[in-house]
Order: sequence, then C-alpha cells, then structure tokens
Amino acid sequence: MNTPAEVTYGEAICQGFEYLLSNYRNVFAIGQGVWSPWYVGNSMTGLEERFGKERVIDTPVSELACTGAAIGAALCGYRPIVIHPRMDFMLLAVDQIVNQAAKWSHMLGGEVAPAVTIRAIINRGGEQGAQHSQALHAWFAHVPGLRVVMPSTVADARDLLVASVLCDDPVMYIDDRWLYSRTAALEEIVERPLIGEGPVVRRPGSDVTLVGTGFSSYLCEQAAERLDDCDIDAEVIDVRVVNPFDPRLIIESVTRTGALCVVDGGWAPAGFAAEVIASSCEAIPPTTLTAAPLRITLPFAPAPASRALEECYYPTEASIVAGVQRLLGARSPVSTDKFSSLTPQPAIAKRGKSR
Amino acid sequence: MNKLKSDLGDLADPAAYSFPIDVRGADKDTLIKYLIDMLTIRITEEAVGKLVEEGLARTPCHLGIGQEGIAVGVSASLCKEDRVLGGHRSHSHYLALGGDIYGLLAEILGKATGVSGGMGGSMHLNGKSVGFYGCVPLVAATVPIAVGAALAAKMDGSKAIAVSYFGDGAAEEGVFHECLNLAATHRLPIVFVCENNLFSSHLDILLRQPSDRIARFAEAHQIRAKTVDGNDVLAVASSAAEFVAYARDGLGPAFLEAVTYRHRGHVGPKDDVDVGVRRTMSELAAWKRRDPIARLVAGMKSNRLIDDVAVENLLEEIRTSVADARRKAEQAPYPPVSALLGLVYRRA
Repeated sequence: MNTPAEVTYGEAICQGFEYLLSNYRNVFAIGQGVWSPWYVGNSMTGLEERFGKERVIDTPVSELACTGAAIGAALCGYRPIVIHPRMDFMLLAVDQIVNQAAKWSHMLGGEVAPAVTIRAIINRGGEQGAQHSQALHAWFAHVPGLRVVMPSTVADARDLLVASVLCDDPVMYIDDRWLYSRTAALEEIVERPLIGEGPVVRRPGSDVTLVGTGFSSYLCEQAAERLDDCDIDAEVIDVRVVNPFDPRLIIESVTRTGALCVVDGGWAPAGFAAEVIASSCEAIPPTTLTAAPLRITLPFAPAPASRALEECYYPTEASIVAGVQRLLGARSPVSTDKFSSLTPQPAIAKRGKSR
Repeated sequence: MNKLKSDLGDLADPAAYSFPIDVRGADKDTLIKYLIDMLTIRITEEAVGKLVEEGLARTPCHLGIGQEGIAVGVSASLCKEDRVLGGHRSHSHYLALGGDIYGLLAEILGKATGVSGGMGGSMHLNGKSVGFYGCVPLVAATVPIAVGAALAAKMDGSKAIAVSYFGDGAAEEGVFHECLNLAATHRLPIVFVCENNLFSSHLDILLRQPSDRIARFAEAHQIRAKTVDGNDVLAVASSAAEFVAYARDGLGPAFLEAVTYRHRGHVGPKDDVDVGVRRTMSELAAWKRRDPIARLVAGMKSNRLIDDVAVENLLEEIRTSVADARRKAEQAPYPPVSALLGLVYRRA
C-alpha cells in the first residue's frame, strides 16, 4: 500500500474545493481575490482553470453584495462558498451573515435555509496592523442559526470544508494563514455530516486541560510537548466547532485534571475563552478545580503594526508554558493584576497569569 | 409649500395623473384580473389594519394601501419559476403572486398555520410556493439575495428571472450600489423594482437625496431604466413586461422605478399626517384622488367594461373571503414551544 504524500494545510483546503467542485454541480465559489494567491495563498490554486470562471467567481470589491448573492443562490438550491480573504473585511458583510443567513430558517418557519458556506481567513502578523489581523470567531459563536468551524489540523482543513458545504445550515468556515505550512499525509475523503463534529482530544493528559481552537489549538499542542519536558502532562482539546459549542468533552476532561487553561486568538472580554470557562464551571462542582481557570488571549488592544509590539501581542508556546506552570504552581485562586504592563516576554507570562 | 426641486416633475405631483386610466386596447379579462388582484390586496390590508387597531396583531405591519398597482402590474409578467424578494412593506408582493390570504393573516397573528409558521410576522414572509422567496425589514437586505437568485437562474441556464422590490430609502444603502454593479457586470437576469413613494419612514425624499428620481442610479451603472406612474397599473404592466422579457432573454438587468404614495403611515393603520416634513392632510387627499384602483375603475367604466353593480359584487366577494380567512386565522393555533429551538438548525 502506498503511503499518501504529505500535503500542507493550504493544499488540503484546495483539495476540499476540488472534491466539492468535482462531485457537486451545485457548488460554486465566489469572493474577492479567488483567482489570486495574493489573497488566498495556495488554498485555491488553479481552481478557476479547472472548473471555469463561472464556478470560481472573482468579484468586484463588494463583500456585502457578494455574501448576499451567495445566500440568494443558496435559497435556489446551490451550495455556494463565499470567500473573505481577510476576516476583518468580512465585517462589511455582517448584515447578510447575522441578520440574513443565520435567521432565515427560524424566521421563515423552517421551510427555507440557505446552505451557504462563508469562508473567513484569519491573516495576521507581518506588521499588517489592526485591520488585517483579527480573529473574530467569538462574534459569530454568539449567533444562533450559524455554525462556525475552525480547523487546526491539515485533515480538518479539508474535511471540515467538505462537511461545511454539505451541511444544510449556513456555516462559517474559518481558516488561519499561520497554519498554511502545517503538513500531514491525508487519507481519502470520507463525507461526514457536520452535525456530528465537535471537540476532540488532540493529546491525552492528566495534569491540566488545555483548550484551543484553530491556530490556538496548534499552539496548545506545541506547548503540551514542552510542558511534557517539565513533567506536566497536559491534555489538549481542539474545539473545532465553536458554534454550536458543545462543552461536554471539556467538562469531562476538567473533571479529571482539575485545571483549565484556555488559549484564544481573540480578546478576553465576552470572548470565546470566557465561554469555554463559563460553560465548564457551570457544569462542575466548585471544588473540582484546584486552581482558578486561566485565559491566555490577546491584550485588550487592536493589533499593532510595529514588530516590537507585535512580538508581545500574540499568545505563544512560551506564554502558554509559563501560564500553565504558574497555574499548576498556584493550585489556588490567582490574584488578578489587570494593569500588568506590556513589556516583552516575561510580561506575557504575567498577563497570562492575570487573566 | 414644496420648495424642494423635484426631478420627477409631474410624476411626484399628486394633482397630476388623477385622470382615469386609459384602458383602450386592453383586454377586458386582463383588466378585470388586475382589478380583482388590486382589490384583494387593498381589502386584505384594510383587514390587517383592523387587526392592528383591535390589538389582535402586534407585529409591526407596514401597509402598502395606495401602492397596489405596482405589484399587480409587475406580477402580470412573471411565471412560477421566477424568484421574487421584498422588504418590510411586502404584503402586496406576496398576494399579487397569488399568495394565500389566510396564510398571510395567520402569519400576522403569529399562528402556526401562517406562511412562516408564525415565526416571522408581517415583515418575514415565506411564499416560496408562489415564487415569493422572502422579505425582511432590513432596508435593501434582500436586494443582494435577489441578485444571487438571478445568478442561480443564470447558472441553471434557465429562463427564470429574479425580481427585487425595494423602496426609495433602499437607494441610500451602500449595498444597493454594490448590487447594481454586480448585476450589471455579470449581466444577471433581474428586474429591480423601486416603489418610490417619496418617503422613507417619516422623511421626505428631497431631505434625503439631492434628487427624487431613483432611476438615475441605474443609469450610472449602465442598467436600462424607466420611471413610470406607479398608480397606473397598465403603465407598470407594460414596462414590466418589456423589462421582464429583456432579463429573460439574457440581455441583463433592468430597473423599473414606479412612483407612488402610501395612504397610511410608515407602520400601522393610521394616516400619520402629523409626522414628516411634507406629508399633509391636503397632500394625502390629493394622492387619494390619484388612487390606482379608483382610476382603473373609472377608466373601465368610461369604456363600459364594468359598472357599479359589478364592482360592488367583486367587493362583496373579496370582503367575504377576507373575512372568512380572518375568522379561520383567529381560530388557528399558535406555534408549539418546541419551534423556538427546533428551527434554529436543520436536523440533518
């Protein structure tokens, strides 16, 4: 038997598109820059040549109209994928996502539902600054009627795209350019309903439950390896589906480990990490946790452009390791220090502790 | 009183166009159908107004009384494969396609047998069985959805078209321009129908735009456009026929601006002459003389195509069926509590 060749996360997305466009006549892709690697990296390379520019449609600069048009086509039996090469720009389309796609099924009595997939790409770093950097999944996790998925592995990059498009509900599929060079060998595609997908354990462990989603989940996996060197056995849970969010696996894990650290690429206030902690704490006896739960998120500021500030802005493997060490070292409620200053690395750990 | 300059000229002048509609050359059965359809919408909406007055309907109801000629004139050229989308004032759009009066009234009363299962109310109507794909109150929000329905028709290689109904206020939304551009660039089979009733909620169009003629936006996007008297069902029908055929033949989008006036306020059954800068009792009275139904009846009468007795009989028949629908709707059950969570996501 041949071992499958390794592919990157970006190539895996492209394979998902190829599978869908080859097997489903009613699938098409629409969005700005879909003919251009400048916008979508290697995730859609050559699709317009293979499937035609009528099915892989590059559009005018109209996020809102194109998202609405995808919804309209979905109401007519198509399964469109509307591509927003940067999540920040997708905010121009929020009416169609939140007021329309998410609500039509419920609001119109369940007879019609737009089976549209809205692909949002998180693309940050490289001194791109505040409007080219955001991970806003928490906003969309708040909205009933939307499904929101965030693949962190190469397999999920492909398979969750397929599952999203084949789902009868509107789905936001969020991929992350920081994961595009991740590689893995993939098996054949097996169609699985999105409705059965949810959090999975990426690494079993017994000392602490580390939770992440998308790139944060990958960071947690990396951090867990380093924690292992310090004799800390971390369990890593990749949430994968942030809406509707199913906390059961996390609750079960926290019940065993007694310690919870959530890493998220968004901000802390009313954020996804808060949701994970709240859902867990609501479901377990107060004495289960041996230390206060920890959030490792962004400082509550827009993304900076300057590299000096950017270096201390995003959660890192090191900040997770330091945070978990402190969490387990404390094993008792941690004092809050919300005015911790933002100087390089050591402060990150401090910030992690404070949140 | 009106110191604001109107580019629509006579079309926005309530004193003009109050003459009977010239029905010469029109087929009698067609005229009768237009009349029945307009009366059906009028009487149904009057019944909705009553339900609001009586406190039975609480969902915000935006009545299009006075605007019936537009939906009836446009629908005359549509077939059941076409896809129609509307906005907050869309009872007429749904009914003109042959939509069910009972289903509409039940929806407005929040009943399980309503067109949207009682989940949407007046502003969120599902009439897919008659080609009415939906309407929502977010201004201009269904314009891109209609563009997508047109894109789907084009991808299907079918002759179906999309119709997007919206008001003059929608032209002030950014997405409206995105949509005209997208439809023109991709030559999509869609007819944009602007019901220009000169007011958005309380505010006069000339306090919102430098011109009251909405078709100028279509021209800017190189879309074929025409502005007609929206209270002349024959004028609307003939322009709609031309534009629907144009879109159906794959020649691209078209834009029909129909100038009209609503007899009631922005929302609810009242006149609302106490709000707005230009809306006065005398202006409303003048516009009521430009009523699309009265003018059609007058035109038909002067050509001996109908008489008072026949009109009275039609009215009686429609009033009876609307009253029956209302009675049945009042007796219908409310949605089960399970609908609250059961309709958020699909089961499979």
